[in-house]
Amino acid sequence: MAKIKKQNNVKRRQFLKYSGVGIGLMIGGVWLARNPLRRKVFELAETMIAPYQGDTSNPLLWLQVTPDNKIILHSSKVEMGQGSFTSLAQLAAEELEVNMERIKVIHAETGSGNIDGMSTGGSMSIASLWFPLREMAATMREMLRSKAAEKLGLTTDELSLTDGVFSSGTKSMTFGEVVDAVTDWIIPDTPKLKERATHKYIGKAIPRVDLHEKVTGAPIFGIDASYPDMVYASVIRPTMVDATMSNFDFSEAEKMPGVIKIVHEHGFVGVVAKSQVEALSARKKITYDYKTNQKWNLADVQKAVSVGKGKQTIFQKKGKAVEDISDEGESIEMEFRSPIGAHAQLEPNGAVANYRDGKVEIKISTQVPKLTRDEVAKALGLSKDKVNIIPTFLGGGFGRRLHTPNAIQAALMSKAVGKPVKSFFDRIQEFQNDTFRPPSHHIMKAKIAGGKILGIENNIASGDTLFNSALDPGVETVVRADIGSIRGGAIIYDKLPHISTYYHVDLPFATSFWRSLGLLANAFAIESFMDELAIRTQQDPVKLRLDNIDEANPYGARAKRVLEACVKKAGYQDSANNGRAMGLALTIDGGSPCAQVAEVSIEDDEIKVHKVTVAFDCGIAVNPDQVKAQIEGCVCMGISAALYEKMNLKDNKLTPINYGAYRMALMKNVPKEIDIVLIEGADVPGPVGEPPLGPIGAAIGNAVRRLTGQRLTELPMELV
Amino acid sequence: MKISFIINGEQKSVEVSDGKSPLLWAIRDGLDLKGTKYGCGMAACGACTLHIDGEAIRSCSYPVEMAEGKIITTIEGLSQDGKLHPVQQAWKEEVVPQCGYCQSGFMMATAALLNEISKPTDQDIDDNIINVCRCATYYRMRKAIHRAAELNSQNS
Ligand code: FES
Ligand code: FES
Repeated sequence: MAKIKKQNNVKRRQFLKYSGVGIGLMIGGVWLARNPLRRKVFELAETMIAPYQGDTSNPLLWLQVTPDNKIILHSSKVEMGQGSFTSLAQLAAEELEVNMERIKVIHAETGSGNIDGMSTGGSMSIASLWFPLREMAATMREMLRSKAAEKLGLTTDELSLTDGVFSSGTKSMTFGEVVDAVTDWIIPDTPKLKERATHKYIGKAIPRVDLHEKVTGAPIFGIDASYPDMVYASVIRPTMVDATMSNFDFSEAEKMPGVIKIVHEHGFVGVVAKSQVEALSARKKITYDYKTNQKWNLADVQKAVSVGKGKQTIFQKKGKAVEDISDEGESIEMEFRSPIGAHAQLEPNGAVANYRDGKVEIKISTQVPKLTRDEVAKALGLSKDKVNIIPTFLGGGFGRRLHTPNAIQAALMSKAVGKPVKSFFDRIQEFQNDTFRPPSHHIMKAKIAGGKILGIENNIASGDTLFNSALDPGVETVVRADIGSIRGGAIIYDKLPHISTYYHVDLPFATSFWRSLGLLANAFAIESFMDELAIRTQQDPVKLRLDNIDEANPYGARAKRVLEACVKKAGYQDSANNGRAMGLALTIDGGSPCAQVAEVSIEDDEIKVHKVTVAFDCGIAVNPDQVKAQIEGCVCMGISAALYEKMNLKDNKLTPINYGAYRMALMKNVPKEIDIVLIEGADVPGPVGEPPLGPIGAAIGNAVRRLTGQRLTELPMELV
Repeated sequence: MKISFIINGEQKSVEVSDGKSPLLWAIRDGLDLKGTKYGCGMAACGACTLHIDGEAIRSCSYPVEMAEGKIITTIEGLSQDGKLHPVQQAWKEEVVPQCGYCQSGFMMATAALLNEISKPTDQDIDDNIINVCRCATYYRMRKAIHRAAELNSQNS
């Protein structure tokens, strides 16, 4: 390993002060202002631009120059489809002064020391690395320049740089030649970064860097990983909620062909066998008893998730509660519900572990390499440096890979049998043991008089997304509300008096992050209600929104621009025409405003979405094509969630347990037209992968209302 | 028991303990061809789609013993002589994949569809391409399918 000297005490963390699009005040108001710490946490949660949590002081941890003059970018953020590998390569190429083709992005192993203290999630990969990665690349470029000058016997000023080659007159030297035999590096002051106007790669629609692997079926996923002499395992997972398993009988399973060992420790049972098929077949022969603690049906869950029940937190307050506004006028109240949602990511969870001589290496599709390392070390009683997590490409993430039991179990089984072990869930286990999107209940209230809205209230009840999962226990006491469940739950129409209250509910099954967390359900309730208020007060839904967004809100002006651009592009009309109608919705998530207009009709008694027009402002779109890809994905996944997806709970069993029965959008269900306008309303990149999930549900519901007169208040939306 | 077939142009055999077990695992683990994916194991998602005698088959639900003597093509055998198949080429041009996990299955389903219907309409696509993509890349896939049909007709 090369020696590193710092020329001076550069405070690389300087970038913190300009990290992010700016901390918003969408949530704030009177109530939270009383506690600055709490307000801060809320603001961070709402804008979701947390600074990068890891070492960015040493470019050599991230950027490796190879003798053949290629750059290997070791990414601590994982690639789960969101395209961040491509955008990270663009950031690095820009400051390194190399062509994109020279850069290969791979996942950083935790053993390399390049560790992200957080996870990959919250749409933060690019936003949080925007400054640090470019700074590291620029610094690396200058480190290379000094060494090149030294080796060539020239001054740094004499060297010009093109695509990874320094030259001066007839002399030249590639990056690959520069690094040869260098053992000590001097890290200089951070150079000035390039001006936006001079960017060659940033802002360009460069094809994804992982395209070739992904169109040729290369073995890049966790489930494809292997070791020589590897064996296979299948673990037992509960099939019921709020139940305990006991009295395991292994006698039949042990007799099955290929079985090597049945491991029963650390609260799990796993069958290790010579092949995947044998492990699965043997696991099914294990019998055990179930004892349920309490009986649970969906109705019980819905009863528990009800506004008014659970721990209450007011998270937004300006003006009076609706019932206190005045005796005049009309009170409007509407209830909304969203279901238990499954992640249904295509690659099941699992891990491939190789335990040997007191050390373990794990290849795994995970969003949390660091947490996985720490938890495996704890479970096996090893120090952290004895555990190396090698992240692979993820066959979808969406928040489903923030948990670590698969890695722990595979490691323990590998230790037990003395061979590398591959252990994966089957699909049924995935559905039965998902960390679901929690169901929600909203009561929206307003008072209207004389064609005006006097005040609006949002009351949310939901299960956990963040509590009990990825946050340290202390956070709960600071914020009091589940900041994930209220994501997108703030009223953005700040000129209207408004109050938002959250009721936190405990559920008998695991709930956690599901792409965009509470945004989908919250935006559905709020934006459907706004549309209804527009209709009831006979106002233009566009104008109503524009009139009530305060430009003092840091995102106000951008949100207005996005809305205006969207309705213009869509040719939005608020009344039905020829059996079709349009609906619009607007959200600001993570500081990235998004407006959508959906055009729908009714075909065969089902809602059919023909076209969705989107205007989106994520600040700088590092790769506009991939921003579009994320928008298209959010729109189509959002349609799936808004129109089809729901889990049921009956006699403590969660169903359905497979695709098909868990209905999702297929090719035939998504629009043939998705028209996108990108607006660059900030000089830094903001979140991309989740914000466009916000408006789609309400946009469809609002279109249906204007087509049929029906106000659909439950997800998935079904015509009545 | 031993099962023999031709896969991606090569004669191969796999040893399995149960002839009723899925072809999918024999190919993934027995032959180490990892491009064919496991998604559901119940013929419900299409991630495991490959071709048997030219037809798209969901290999997770196809007993390995039935493959005896058949001709199988997987995503690894779709490209020939180092040249991408028009479907793969179109997928690249349209930058379809996100996570990529479902994509082999979709490309195999599309290649089979184009053998049947050289210029599929949107309706043909809706009726025949019924795999699951959780990243919901359907919008670009549709474009890529049309593009692949175009590339095919240029080639022939
Ligand atoms: S794995 Fe075969 S169809 Fe899903
Ligand atoms: S690209 Fe991720 S499931 Fe299709």
